[in-house]
Amino acid sequence: MMTNIGARLTQGQFSFLPDLTDVQITAQLNYALQHGWAIGVEYTDDPHPRNTYWDMYGNPMFDLKDPAGILKEINQCRKAFPRHYVRVTAFDATRGWETPRMSFIVNRPAVEPGFALVREEREGRSIRYTIRSYAAEKPEGERY
Amino acid sequence: MSNSSVVSVVGKSAAAQRYKAGVLRYVEMGYWQPDYTPLDTDLIVVFRITPQAGVDPEEAAAAVAGESSTATWTVVWTDRLTACELYRAKAYRVDAVPNTGPGSKSEQQYFAWIAYDLDLFEEGSIANLTASIIGNVFGFKAIKALRLEDMRVPVAYLKTFQGPATGIVVERERLDKFGRPLLGATTKPKLGLSGRNYGRVVYEALKGGLDFVKDDENINSQPFMGWRDRFLYCMEAVNRASAATGEVKGHYLNVTAGTMEDMYERAEFAKSLGSIIIMIDLVIGYTAIQSMAKWARRNDMILHLHRAGNSTYSRQKNHGMNFRVICKWMRMAGVDHIHAGTVVGKLEGDPLMIKGFYDTLREPRTPASLEHGLFFDQDWASLRKVMPVASGGIHAGQMHQLIHYLGEDVVLQFGGGTIGHPQGIQAGATANRVALETMIQARNEGRDYLREGPQILRDAAKWCSPLRAAIDTWGEVSFNYESTDTADFVPTATASA
Repeated sequence: MMTNIGARLTQGQFSFLPDLTDVQITAQLNYALQHGWAIGVEYTDDPHPRNTYWDMYGNPMFDLKDPAGILKEINQCRKAFPRHYVRVTAFDATRGWETPRMSFIVNRPAVEPGFALVREEREGRSIRYTIRSYAAEKPEGERY
Repeated sequence: MSNSSVVSVVGKSAAAQRYKAGVLRYVEMGYWQPDYTPLDTDLIVVFRITPQAGVDPEEAAAAVAGESSTATWTVVWTDRLTACELYRAKAYRVDAVPNTGPGSKSEQQYFAWIAYDLDLFEEGSIANLTASIIGNVFGFKAIKALRLEDMRVPVAYLKTFQGPATGIVVERERLDKFGRPLLGATTKPKLGLSGRNYGRVVYEALKGGLDFVKDDENINSQPFMGWRDRFLYCMEAVNRASAATGEVKGHYLNVTAGTMEDMYERAEFAKSLGSIIIMIDLVIGYTAIQSMAKWARRNDMILHLHRAGNSTYSRQKNHGMNFRVICKWMRMAGVDHIHAGTVVGKLEGDPLMIKGFYDTLREPRTPASLEHGLFFDQDWASLRKVMPVASGGIHAGQMHQLIHYLGEDVVLQFGGGTIGHPQGIQAGATANRVALETMIQARNEGRDYLREGPQILRDAAKWCSPLRAAIDTWGEVSFNYESTDTADFVPTATASA
């Protein structure tokens, strides 16, 4: 059980807010589409803060401009992976950016056990820190 | 004497006259060239000049051009051994500053436009650039006061600088944080906490929802807390908070010290402990800043710069230099973060001027915009973007204004607004993060968040008691003083002139 104020993983733009409804998600999709950004859906059961590459639920939807269609993809991913973390990322291809411009979580497991901090005492008083996910002790697909 | 030698004597006489020993007016020495068209490779500077009584503006401008390039007080024949026309800076335009002079509150001032050839400057050296442009000339007797207002840096010169060690894009990718301002706080009290107590503040603030905590500019290594203790306890706090939230977190470890050797030692120690970010103060000097920027690029470290000291020369309008020039030099020198004003907080800042600073730090090119204090079109030649930092007297109740004025690529630092929260530091951090996320959500939904901001925050406060407490405590606090540094322009001046 995570002990921060919301008792949850706080990655992404909106983790401190109540879970977004489909209407609220659609509003965010519209914002991305208005800027010409391509939306991708990704999922994982290893939410380590430095796990950059969540699995893609298909490529970013460069040619899909209809928020209802994108929401359908999101909901299919949530249905396929109900106990995974699912995030929506908006990719900006503009010169000088060429990077994600939005990223927010739209699905998370019912129970979030969080992370252990492993300390390796070293010379002097230095400590090398490792963050280990409790859930990721189990094999992929069997977590949460 | 033959005819041909007569011709040659007459031909020489203009030059001979020019280089006759003695003192000439600067306009006569070649530093005033109203017909000059600057080259794309020229560095162009606008100075605000207050001439001494009896010195006409062209002579004052020429004097500034002369003293910031090749001239000395008297004619020297050794100029004739050089391509001196090239090396002379050329004052080519003088405009009276609106609302100065007779009938106004201030003495008559002028904007002088001066062009410098690229060969006057060493590649990749802010020190060399500034030794000319803000060197001896600022103490020159023929002018009462002098202010460096803006500088157009040619692309050819920009390309000799590294630029930000990390830049906004890479910083966000490393942090895995997109689409919202980053949140920070400066540990308070600034001075006196032991390393152990200091780390407590860092842990609480990060666990509560901040992305960064920061050393203050004057936290280095004092009797109450040595730097190694601070680094060790802060990294324990950062890693504990990261494990508690699943987010990448950081603390700006200030490596400012008395010598470069000490700074490198501190930076290496920060790296060995796994810190993602270090910090330096502007007062360490341009060369030290460039050295640390190169170190940061080599070591995958984000480099935060605190602008300690800048107000000694940037705040008064008639003398010194405008902060926008510091922004330009720091983007070239290679820092990733710089404090650049809040608009609504406790420190100096006119909204339009601050937009000029922020654009200078973040945009790929900035068009001339007198309204924002930008005199020139500036192409940034793909130098990375610097993340501005807003710090000083800001709180969660101003979130709508902060996002409106400063945008999303900014670090919002709520020091007192986090640590002074009535329910504790974690609650203070949570209040700030909830205010931020709720306002970004509203903005993206297309709501008129600037106008509706207070209501949006009150609605969120219904389900978030830390935010409610923050608004109850600071909701009405504001700092409404007139700015001293504002733009001087008349929108129709050119048309009516």
